[in-house]
Amino acid sequence: MTASDTIPPQGPAPMAPQVSRATVLWRRFRRNRAAVLGLILFVAVVLMALLADVIAPGDPLSRTGMPLVWPFTEAANPLGTDQLGRSILAGIVHGARVTLMVGVVATVISIAIGVVIGAVAGYFGGWVDDVLMRVTDAFQTIPSFVLLLTLVAIYGSSIENIILAIGVVSWTAPARMVRAEFMALRQREFVDAARNLGVSTPAIIFREILPNALPPVIVFASVVMATSILMETALAFLNLGDPNYASWGNMIGQGRAALRTAWFCAVIPGVVILLTVLSFSLMGEGMNDALNPRQKK
Amino acid sequence: MTPAKPILEIQNLRVALPEGGDRPNALDDLTLTVNEGEIVCLVGESGSGKSMAAGAVMRLLPEPHVRVTQGAVRLDGQDITALGQREMRALRGDRLSMIFQEPMTALNPQKTVGWQIDEVLRLHTDLDRRARKARVLEILADVHIPDPASTYNAYPHQMSGGQRQRVMIAMALVLKPRLIIADEPTTALDVTTQKQILKLIKDLQHVHRTGILFITHDFGVVAEIADRIAVLRLGELVEQGPAAQILNAPQHPYTKALIAAVPALTPPPEKPLVDAPVVLEAKSLRKTFAARGGLLSGKRAPVVAVKDLSFQLRRGETLGVVGESGSGKTTVSRIVTRLLESDSGEVLIDGRDLIAASRRELRALRKDIQMVFQDPMASLNPRKRVIDLIAQGPIVHGTPKAEAHARARELLSLVELSPAAADRFPHEFSGGQRQRIGIARAIAMEPRVIVADEPVSALDVSVQAQVLRLLADLRDRLSLSLLFVTHDLRVAAQLCDKVIVMQKGEIVEAGPTSRVFADPQHSYTQSLLASIPGRDWEPPVQALAVK
Repeated sequence: MTASDTIPPQGPAPMAPQVSRATVLWRRFRRNRAAVLGLILFVAVVLMALLADVIAPGDPLSRTGMPLVWPFTEAANPLGTDQLGRSILAGIVHGARVTLMVGVVATVISIAIGVVIGAVAGYFGGWVDDVLMRVTDAFQTIPSFVLLLTLVAIYGSSIENIILAIGVVSWTAPARMVRAEFMALRQREFVDAARNLGVSTPAIIFREILPNALPPVIVFASVVMATSILMETALAFLNLGDPNYASWGNMIGQGRAALRTAWFCAVIPGVVILLTVLSFSLMGEGMNDALNPRQKK
Repeated sequence: MTPAKPILEIQNLRVALPEGGDRPNALDDLTLTVNEGEIVCLVGESGSGKSMAAGAVMRLLPEPHVRVTQGAVRLDGQDITALGQREMRALRGDRLSMIFQEPMTALNPQKTVGWQIDEVLRLHTDLDRRARKARVLEILADVHIPDPASTYNAYPHQMSGGQRQRVMIAMALVLKPRLIIADEPTTALDVTTQKQILKLIKDLQHVHRTGILFITHDFGVVAEIADRIAVLRLGELVEQGPAAQILNAPQHPYTKALIAAVPALTPPPEKPLVDAPVVLEAKSLRKTFAARGGLLSGKRAPVVAVKDLSFQLRRGETLGVVGESGSGKTTVSRIVTRLLESDSGEVLIDGRDLIAASRRELRALRKDIQMVFQDPMASLNPRKRVIDLIAQGPIVHGTPKAEAHARARELLSLVELSPAAADRFPHEFSGGQRQRIGIARAIAMEPRVIVADEPVSALDVSVQAQVLRLLADLRDRLSLSLLFVTHDLRVAAQLCDKVIVMQKGEIVEAGPTSRVFADPQHSYTQSLLASIPGRDWEPPVQALAVK
């Protein structure tokens, strides 16, 4: 309660000048230097993906020179070539597209499943919660990568299947998180207030409670995105990636064979993956700060 | 009275708040003395800095953000602001101890009560185990714990709130400190328990000649216990003096206003309302909470929250539901709004049964019975703008959005908020303003009945008076009926035409407020009324008339 609640000044209190929510969030985000670094790295990856055809025109899977050219020796292939004479630079920039797509789409899928299951379980509780949480347990007891391998082995390793499978194996953590948020929030009086106004149950779940439950989920999404990319990479490393796309994982997987003589074939995409995943987790921390309502403006 | 020795002297104390707060200093130039064997009440509304004063003396401020920048705090003449952490630790508990507001959170749930009191002795004395145990049992007996030996081995959750607070007091007293700081020690307790605890504090203090700095917002409690009173407002001491003088002849306008806002204990005269139609009627409501037993935890006995409850509410009338915690009064408010399903019984709104209504009928019926909640922060969705909060109900019931918004803006002025409030979020408002938004939301549905569940118990006394006045005013203008649930008999006396007194889920007494207050029949009602803090003190200025 503010000073205006004491007796003498009657009527409405003077209020601070209004600042838009986005501005406030950006100010809080900006305070975390590491998060800003993460954002810069992320923007760089996005730019690579957008400008892939400008930086390295043509099919990244076609030959552009002699095999195993070392980096910084040829103007045509600035980052060198792999065993088949394909430009590593082209692979990196075109691979950014695939990687980002995998990250974003798989994250959306897993968060969407997680939010619905977690929200329903947390809001209704009782047997609904029991059933949904036992299903979640069942998914969690199987190591997610093993499940992913199984799914890809059964349904084939096209890029669509890979993305879907990654989404399907990583919804459990968001579901538990949303459930916990809902269990706390459904006790709050504003939920009763909405019921008292006659608001329907789906509207209460998705319009009243969900916006309040989202901030931690948004932060967690950055982790899911990072792990999705790593999962795709790991699949490709095991030669289970989609061979029709130049993904970073595919590049490492193929570079592995020449690791002792031409280490750069595997190391360059490896470093790029490292930086990308790092950028997500740094941004996640910044978002955590930004979305924390207890932080100052 | 012989000139008593000062125990605590606070001199020109200034406590700085971090930059960007609503004011630069939490406390500014506070000078206050507590003498031996004296109870000094530090009174103020929320945000007045009264708890900061306690923190500054105990050196428990959240440093370095909030820190003492000027002044001295002397305990028996020794300046303790200069002491190091270790010396301070030795002092706390020994010569200086504190009683907190919420005894459940202040006690460690993992340890027995005996262990926790014993710990104080272990840290500060050389007594051996046997001597310590004897001392703990002795102090538990001193605070009138019924069975000290079995309490010694009890865990905090096994005790009632009042007993826990007794344990906290025992812990504070065990080393016979010179000064006790009590920060709202009875705020979380029921009135009857509060009365006992206040008496206990007063008795013990009398025996041990301890100085007590008693922090509270409740003038009733002050009237009950204080020797001297200091009134704090926004970190500044506005007035201090002997209790009788401040209570009966306050000088500063702020003190006057605060005291004027204390609801008087004189209920309104009986209204002849017999001919008004019955709007809300409850017939033999019953609710039992089945304790949910898991597969392994076994079955626990179900708890009866409300048994066989009936009442009638006429148009334009206010019916108070009063009782202590656990009496089932909140359950009643949730059943009549059907936020909770009752086991049996009927709730009739203009003759239409709410309990038996189907889902669709219920949605229509909800329009007629709206609720104002206790905690205005929790009951407003923090992600919605005020205008959407108020207009939400009518929109759900089919009013076009533009019309609902226009109406919501009118309602803002009806509840005395500025039109600029419409586009803001709930957290930008103070507690009283938020409660006004809650009221506007209820009114927006044009209900017949408003159920208010402790709508002012989270508010400061001055704001409380304003909100009560607003409720009474709206009730009369819109000829609403109010079902008013409260634990505060002063508030009930102000607003309610009739009251029902509940104990353990049953109505023990019902009738016009003036009759129940003047001549209570049931022994429980009598003890409730006798426990109202400061009941012998009649605020000097006629209270701001609610009616």
